[in-house]
Amino acid sequence: MNIFRRTIPLIIAFCLGIVMIFRYYVPHQSAEDLLTKYGEWVRIIGGFSIVLGLYSLFFTHYTKIKRGMPGWGYSIFVFIGFAVMVFLGLIKEFETFLSIISGKLIDVTSPFGSWEKSLTGTSYDWIYQYIFNACGATMFSILAFYIASAAYRTFRIRSVEATILLLAAVIIMIARVPIGGLISHWIPDLADWIMEVPNLAAKRGVLLGMCLGSISTALRIIFGIERGYLGGGE
Amino acid sequence: MNCHYARSGLITLIIVLLAFPLAVLAQDKPSLMPPQDFIAFDTPNDDGKSISLIWKASESDREGVYYIIYAATSSKGPWKEQYRVLSTTRFKSDAPQYFGLSKDNEKWHFYEVTDINENPLSITTPTYFKLAVTDGTNTIAFPGIALSMPQGNWFDTSKINVLVFVIVFSFLVMYFISLARKNLNLFIRHIPGLDAIEETIGRATEMGRPILYLNGLLDMSSLSTIASTSILGKVARKVANYDSQIKVPCYDPIVMSVCQEVVKESYLEAGRPDAFKEDNIFFITNDQFAYAAAVDGIIVRHKPAANLYMGYYYAESLLIAETGAVSGAMQIAGTDSITQLPFFITTCDYTLMGEELYAASAYLSREPLQLGSLKGQDFGKGFIILMLVVGTIVSTIGYPFFVNLVRTF
Repeated sequence: MNIFRRTIPLIIAFCLGIVMIFRYYVPHQSAEDLLTKYGEWVRIIGGFSIVLGLYSLFFTHYTKIKRGMPGWGYSIFVFIGFAVMVFLGLIKEFETFLSIISGKLIDVTSPFGSWEKSLTGTSYDWIYQYIFNACGATMFSILAFYIASAAYRTFRIRSVEATILLLAAVIIMIARVPIGGLISHWIPDLADWIMEVPNLAAKRGVLLGMCLGSISTALRIIFGIERGYLGGGE
Repeated sequence: MNCHYARSGLITLIIVLLAFPLAVLAQDKPSLMPPQDFIAFDTPNDDGKSISLIWKASESDREGVYYIIYAATSSKGPWKEQYRVLSTTRFKSDAPQYFGLSKDNEKWHFYEVTDINENPLSITTPTYFKLAVTDGTNTIAFPGIALSMPQGNWFDTSKINVLVFVIVFSFLVMYFISLARKNLNLFIRHIPGLDAIEETIGRATEMGRPILYLNGLLDMSSLSTIASTSILGKVARKVANYDSQIKVPCYDPIVMSVCQEVVKESYLEAGRPDAFKEDNIFFITNDQFAYAAAVDGIIVRHKPAANLYMGYYYAESLLIAETGAVSGAMQIAGTDSITQLPFFITTCDYTLMGEELYAASAYLSREPLQLGSLKGQDFGKGFIILMLVVGTIVSTIGYPFFVNLVRTF
């Protein structure tokens, strides 16, 4: 059993790790093809993994409803939302299927539109655009208030570092609005300097460390020293 | 008579005055010279889809003078004009990835041909090229034909400096791992964020609340997610020892499966398989903001005592971490997403930056082999700092060779 849980995955990690390192130095088309093939495998595995995800999602929410856990009512909407979207999708598929077998052209003006040509205007698209996307945009827009709240907490002057952070932030904020340039051209210039010199230097420092860290981690994984991702440390 | 001489003299003067600037102009614009040393060859360091054409730059190169490249699939033609190149552009020096950084590259024109009549180049038969130069009135052709066939290359020589660095760094890491095998006492600097994990779990246990652990938004092919799952294993083991609870809402179903296995193994190692609850590691959605909303909901409803955010994040980082901060949870973040680092720093008690995330698993495990790789990593950083200092000094005093040595294409 251990051979399937440890040995074979470690051999696969070693072989593919070495191949992928050398692929970077090989400009030949076959190296590019290998990467494309790898991408295809990832997508295929990803497709199957949706089943796993769905099972987990349904099981979690089913358990919540069954046990009457706090907020169980919201879990009902998971099933309703899923059923509605699948129903609309299947209806469209069914309509397309009927059109194909009857030899008729697909009516793109139908309320469900056409999968082949476009989903625009379909009920499926309507729900996606006006409910799902709108909810996503709402979450994103809340970010502005979260930034203000986090900034307030951070900018309270408690130490030298916090003071420097506050000063830098104030300069950048003033420089990024039109009034900054009107007060003095030094403010946008100073903001640019902060972004291009100290900020960029710090970013590059972090990046250099990250690159070395990633090489080191990759070596640990390839040579089987780091095997925590397989489950267990030993 | 005198009047006649005066008139003749005036005409001569006018002719001389008119002729002088013309002569000067004629000197400024040297007569068109035929192209020299026209060569075609397979483009180096490429995937075998192009042919490179080079020819010597001429003294007659100027605005208005063009080189015309003709191509044919047979030496007998038919020849068809393919490209027209302005004579003041397209030099070998524009493509250092193929020709290096030699000063001589500025004396050669270069053109990379990828198609003939909008068809890809043949890899089984040669393609023939002719070159001519024209200033709009005169056209002079190169007396000969150049031919070549594209071939895929198996090694990109422009990346040799990267390869050398990777080999040197790998040997450094392997050397310190072998040192660690001999049980030498290696000193590793303290990382406060990782030292605080134990405290975090203890706090959660005392408060009787769960620990929330997130893996970021990338899939299992990402290094940060792999590092995150490794850390999860170490954290889960401590959680099992303390008899606390860990909740892992996942963004990716594969990551969820891996996390379930990792946590299960950790509980087994801790001798508490009975305490493992598979339902605590669950999939939410793979939509960014829906995921953020769900995690926020979990934070608000379950009020975890500690939140650990390890992995790669996007704009949802602040939405999640700020909710956690407001809920009063102790928070530790670790990410290699530079753009999200400021958000985590402002909202979390401890933040692991970049490489510290990768080092966390080795640091927490305290295994000598893993610690050896960390030591090698630190020496690699020292080497880079030394290179930066030397490079800055050498470039400042006017020697660019050091910068060219580490240049990547």
